[in-house]
Amino acid sequence: MKKSTFLAAALIVCTASAGFSQKINGAGATFPYPIYSKWFSEYSAAHPGVEINYQSIGSGGGIRQVTSGVVDFGASDGPMTDEQLKGSKVKIVHIPTVLGAVVPIYNLPGVSTELKFSPDVLADIYLGKISNWSDARIAKDNPGVKLPSTDIVVVHRSDGSGTTYIFTDYLSKVSNDWKNSVGRNSAVPWPKGIGGKGNENVAAMVRQMPGSIGYVELIYAMQNKIAFGYIKNAAGNWVKGSIDGVTEAAATVKQMPADYRVSITNAPGPNAYPISSFTWLLIPIPPKDAGNGKVIKDFLGWMLDHGQSETSGLYYAPLPKSVSDKVRGTISQLQ
Amino acid sequence: MSGPPIVPIPSPATSTTEAASSAPSPVRKFLTERGSSALGDHAFRWIMLLCALVIFAIVGLILWELVARSQLTISKFGLSFFFKQAWDPVSGDYGAWPFIYGTLVSSLVSLIIAVPLAVGVAVFLTEMCPKFLRGPLSFLTELLAAIPSVVYGLWAVFVLVPLLREHVNPVLMKTLGWTGFFAGPNYGIGMLAAGVILAIMILPIISSLTREVMTAVPHTQREAVLALGATRWEMIRMGVLRNARIGIVGSIILGLGRALGETMAVTMVIGNRPEIVKSLLGLGYSMSSVIANEFSEASDDLYLSALIEIGLALFIVTIIVNAIARLLVWAVTRGAPPRVA
Repeated sequence: MKKSTFLAAALIVCTASAGFSQKINGAGATFPYPIYSKWFSEYSAAHPGVEINYQSIGSGGGIRQVTSGVVDFGASDGPMTDEQLKGSKVKIVHIPTVLGAVVPIYNLPGVSTELKFSPDVLADIYLGKISNWSDARIAKDNPGVKLPSTDIVVVHRSDGSGTTYIFTDYLSKVSNDWKNSVGRNSAVPWPKGIGGKGNENVAAMVRQMPGSIGYVELIYAMQNKIAFGYIKNAAGNWVKGSIDGVTEAAATVKQMPADYRVSITNAPGPNAYPISSFTWLLIPIPPKDAGNGKVIKDFLGWMLDHGQSETSGLYYAPLPKSVSDKVRGTISQLQ
Repeated sequence: MSGPPIVPIPSPATSTTEAASSAPSPVRKFLTERGSSALGDHAFRWIMLLCALVIFAIVGLILWELVARSQLTISKFGLSFFFKQAWDPVSGDYGAWPFIYGTLVSSLVSLIIAVPLAVGVAVFLTEMCPKFLRGPLSFLTELLAAIPSVVYGLWAVFVLVPLLREHVNPVLMKTLGWTGFFAGPNYGIGMLAAGVILAIMILPIISSLTREVMTAVPHTQREAVLALGATRWEMIRMGVLRNARIGIVGSIILGLGRALGETMAVTMVIGNRPEIVKSLLGLGYSMSSVIANEFSEASDDLYLSALIEIGLALFIVTIIVNAIARLLVWAVTRGAPPRVA
């Protein structure tokens, strides 16, 4: 008697949990974590019983966990390589969600005008070929600015990071030297400079050290009101990192491949900000769990309809309309 | 050697055996009534043995896991991995030497700074501190041990590094620059900054353990030395430090262990550059820092394997350093038997 009631109770609990609470696990990139956690909590509030749990363990971890079938979805700041896709147990669909950008910050006492950097100058500073602020090539970009004769202290990220991936991807595109001797990755063999852990450490070092230059995420610079320089884009215009400039870069990218694995650095639009990138959700096909797969599909639609309008409050750039229309088509084909 | 004649003292055990053999003692009776038995003793022994064996199992598992997961780099680079200076995740070329160097040098610098300071604090606290100061002072040293390392790191970034860059390093460069250990450029961060922050972090461990050991030195020792006409310093040197040296070396080993493995605070100030520079003002990298920095974003298998093999290198280095330290203890104490361990 006692045993049977217990069994019945257990059965009720089980069916109840299956019917009313659906737990979905995701893991990956840290850069979009603030917006993802906002989206997931709002989605859960709008859909009682659905719980999306996202762990920001880094893009590398996200890719590993989704390809080995540990989580329902992954997230990454850099697109998966062909090799990684080949090695994956399941087919992976990339869904772009928001955009990020990287800006050059610097500390040069006595210079109050905002500095401008040509792409090749920026690459050569990070290569160590330009080592003094009074270098003729920096002066050429900044006519009328009195540049002090201080040594340049280069600061970069020491932790593997999507920010570094975007920055080195850009430098590889604009400088052959960079492409051949350093390359692009979330961590690279830096020819020169000091490594700071995280955006905050890089910013702290640049703030403290006169003559230093660093790079941080646009959202970080905007939220913390750190001054940053102009970059000359592919169209030849001087642009400063901004949410609109990033969205334009995504809209003007030459050809958007069907799987969205595209680098949008050095985009051609006249106002496009050149050091920007998508960040992606990685959706396994077939889904790890059919029920969860349906919820993820529904969430992606919700993300396009409602989620995109909330991005700029957190200083993320929303997808341009051309891309979100295309993504809508991809989502409708998901199982 | 002649000592006082030894007078055998009748041990209490021999005097009571007669009584015990005739009738069980009240204590034994009480225990038997409570169910204490040989079985309980046996079970206890086995459980304790199991606890001890768990240690072996944990160490073995760690080693096995580290070796198994770094197979890719072990087979690709072999032993040269540990002695090579390369770290290129783009083309897939890895070596651990700059990281091993950085870990060892920053730990050594921290010991050089922390040990005299810690022993000094301990001597002051046990031997010459006025009573009203003793409580607050030892409380504060122990408080230092409880601060999370990321807080130390932040403090170092915002306070220690500017201090070193603007005030300490220029003096060092001017006076000791000729040695080559304090050559520019002066970034503020670097090996010296890492050594100083580590020294502050291991200071409380070494000083509080040293203090415990020194309090354990019997007062008769001090009084004996003083009675022979020794000054206070001679009393501390001969009566206290000499007796407590094994314990002091042991506390230094514990401090060194913390310095070797410390991650967050070091990575925030060491400069994170895999390079071997003679100057302590130069930039460096440590083994634990590179793992913490790059593990989460390492996506290809060789890269991951290289990071895990760095973990293996840290494991091996820790074992070697501990072995050397034990050898040191053995060498120091070979002469006289220790009185306080």
